[in-house]
Amino acid sequence: MELLSGNEAIAQGAWEAGARIGVAYPGTPSTETMEEFAKKDGVYAEWCPNEKVAVEVGAGACAAGARVLATMKHVGVNVAADPLFTVAYTGVNGGFVILAADDPGMHSSQNEQDSRFYALAARIPMLEPSDSAEALAFTREAFDFSERFDMPFMIRSTVRISHAKTLVEMGERTEVPLRPYEKDASKWVMMPAFAKPRRISLDSRVDAVKAWAEECSLNRAEMRSREVGIICSGAAYQYVVEACPEVSVLKLGCVWPMPEAKIRSFADAVDRLYVVDEASEYLSLMVKSLGIEVAPFTRPLPAAGELSAQAVSVAMGGEVPAHQEAPSDVPGRPPALCPGCPHRLVFKELSRMRAIVTGDIGCYTLGALPPLSGMDTCVDMGSSVSMAHGFELALAGTDHRPVVAVIGDSTFGHSGLSSLLNTAYNKGAGTVCILDNRTTAMTGRQGNPFNGVTLQNRESREMDLEGLVRALGIEDVQTVDPHNAEAVRTALKEATHRADDLSVIVFRAPCVLLERKRKPAFEVTSACTGCGVCATLGCPAISKDAETGVAFVDASLCIGCGQCAQYCKFGALVSTEA
Amino acid sequence: MAENEKTTTVLLCGVGGQGTILAADLLARAARAAGLDVKLSEIHGMAQRGGAVSTVVRFGSHVQSMRADVGCADFIVSFETTEALRNLPFLKEGGTLLVNDEAVKPLPVATGKAAMPHDARGKLARAGAVLIPAGRIARESGSPKSTNVVLLGAMAAGLPFAVESWEEIVSAHVPPKTVEANLRAFRAGLDAVQG
Repeated sequence: MELLSGNEAIAQGAWEAGARIGVAYPGTPSTETMEEFAKKDGVYAEWCPNEKVAVEVGAGACAAGARVLATMKHVGVNVAADPLFTVAYTGVNGGFVILAADDPGMHSSQNEQDSRFYALAARIPMLEPSDSAEALAFTREAFDFSERFDMPFMIRSTVRISHAKTLVEMGERTEVPLRPYEKDASKWVMMPAFAKPRRISLDSRVDAVKAWAEECSLNRAEMRSREVGIICSGAAYQYVVEACPEVSVLKLGCVWPMPEAKIRSFADAVDRLYVVDEASEYLSLMVKSLGIEVAPFTRPLPAAGELSAQAVSVAMGGEVPAHQEAPSDVPGRPPALCPGCPHRLVFKELSRMRAIVTGDIGCYTLGALPPLSGMDTCVDMGSSVSMAHGFELALAGTDHRPVVAVIGDSTFGHSGLSSLLNTAYNKGAGTVCILDNRTTAMTGRQGNPFNGVTLQNRESREMDLEGLVRALGIEDVQTVDPHNAEAVRTALKEATHRADDLSVIVFRAPCVLLERKRKPAFEVTSACTGCGVCATLGCPAISKDAETGVAFVDASLCIGCGQCAQYCKFGALVSTEA
Repeated sequence: MAENEKTTTVLLCGVGGQGTILAADLLARAARAAGLDVKLSEIHGMAQRGGAVSTVVRFGSHVQSMRADVGCADFIVSFETTEALRNLPFLKEGGTLLVNDEAVKPLPVATGKAAMPHDARGKLARAGAVLIPAGRIARESGSPKSTNVVLLGAMAAGLPFAVESWEEIVSAHVPPKTVEANLRAFRAGLDAVQG
């Protein structure tokens, strides 16, 4: 038995099932799944620019007869939703399994959506494991089911499945030959004439899956007490059994379609039926839609955020055990941009010039936090560029502060590019800053089209970012070293002064975690007056004395980037070099 | 809840980059080597950028939940004093609280917008904490980077796993050149609590 994370187990399950192609865009908590799959023998795996592209590449490979794994985080499913809904119609040739990794509790996400509603809406069967052993087994079997029912299958995980390690028995790979591809427009060309009959076909395929769901071992009734029964799935199953070991449990491994008859007979077998859902109403709505009465909890389950065994216990009338409270004066510890991060000065300068900054998804979203406070909005991947255009449209003709979009290199490739195409096409104004730190940093430094690094280190090409922007017809394109405060300030000032034009600044310097090169640390000399300007950079290595304001540089954290010294009027921040 | 009473819950907390994940991984391996079921849960992503981090290891004959709950942790091993105070509610009554006697200022404190907790050591002492100068012990054992292994040793003193098993696991999972230094750090951590 090995201790594997849910993500590692899903990768192993896909490999054992003979999957030969993997496609993904990184996103917490899904990322390691494709990274692990890519390391296995006999597979091809790639990062795609976004999840829609990934699912479409997957659909092509599956049509051609290969077994395919596509992985993404929950919000990635939104991006991939367009092909997903129609791939339910076409069905598959080779098995096609798609992981949606949800983030209840929003540890690393902008929302808390439940991907099970996608299964319901798109009519794609969805399996939900409760630990790594099930993650492996469900994924492996999902490829067989996908081919048997001519349907893509989804696996839903949550952060406590993807990032929890539990014991797993690993198996051998079954080599599955490519299934022959034959041209069949009625299956693969989804124009109305073919889509209408395919819709009827979808209904009959769903009926077949429903019949299977009633009998399959993935949905398991564990009968204990006849008084209380709880329906649950995924991580919540573990919490329920820990909190209420005496109650009966219907554990759903297939969360869409629902085993209606099985749910009815379970409900009939207990006096009171509860449904435990995490940050969602999915299961309770599904059960209630069958006309089954769901009992209210003694105390309501938390509507938002993660569950735990205790949350379930308290809802069922249990008490929180005796414990000590944390002192009230414990300061928060928010995450921060790393010492030496090339994004820092861009936010410092944007904050200084009081720009309206539309931000985006990545490490640099941390630029929104104090003391930088350099961001006005952050909604979804690519939205910085399109929202800046919206701000400019609404504020046109008014005396407004400069509007600046800030987006990372990988996020730009994901969907910022199509937004910039829109602004250029519609002759929009404003400034777009592309923070090119040569990697997809937030999710653990993956490759992307602009650094030319691929998932399996195959030969690639590094996209010419400035050339691409110029090809859109944008002439005002600058490339700037973001570690140089004066250059950052001048570039932003000049670009935003040309208020009627669309300008792009590429701030290019590698993420400090890419090379981990350190120069000698900086130190504070007696020239420090305690003005506190250096501390406004929000560098974790810099602190100021609470009383005197005198700065201190923690040599164990400082990487010697020298950003701070450029802001010290007194020359009090000096390198310890030589 | 007879089954769950046999499950031991260890919460390891600290600041991103302090090595909590490696320590948790070695603990999980030690539990596994003792033939126990084990679950380990951690959070990746944004929190790692200098934020507060915690990893939970639970082991026993059969482990259900992968999470720690308030008032349920048998052990809290904190790599930093402020994080120990933050995670205090998780400690079970009579549980063990091991704390590296080192404070790392969060950014709001460094920038003067917040203050460190008043008399953190005193508060921890009243909470029943065992304060361990793990950084100093690591330096004295000739392995300044092994603060996390010193804390692992201190934790091992209260766990039912054989020292030989721990030493085997530490040796197998640290860089080959650092095995001796890490074993010294482990034993020094063990002695700091037992001695």
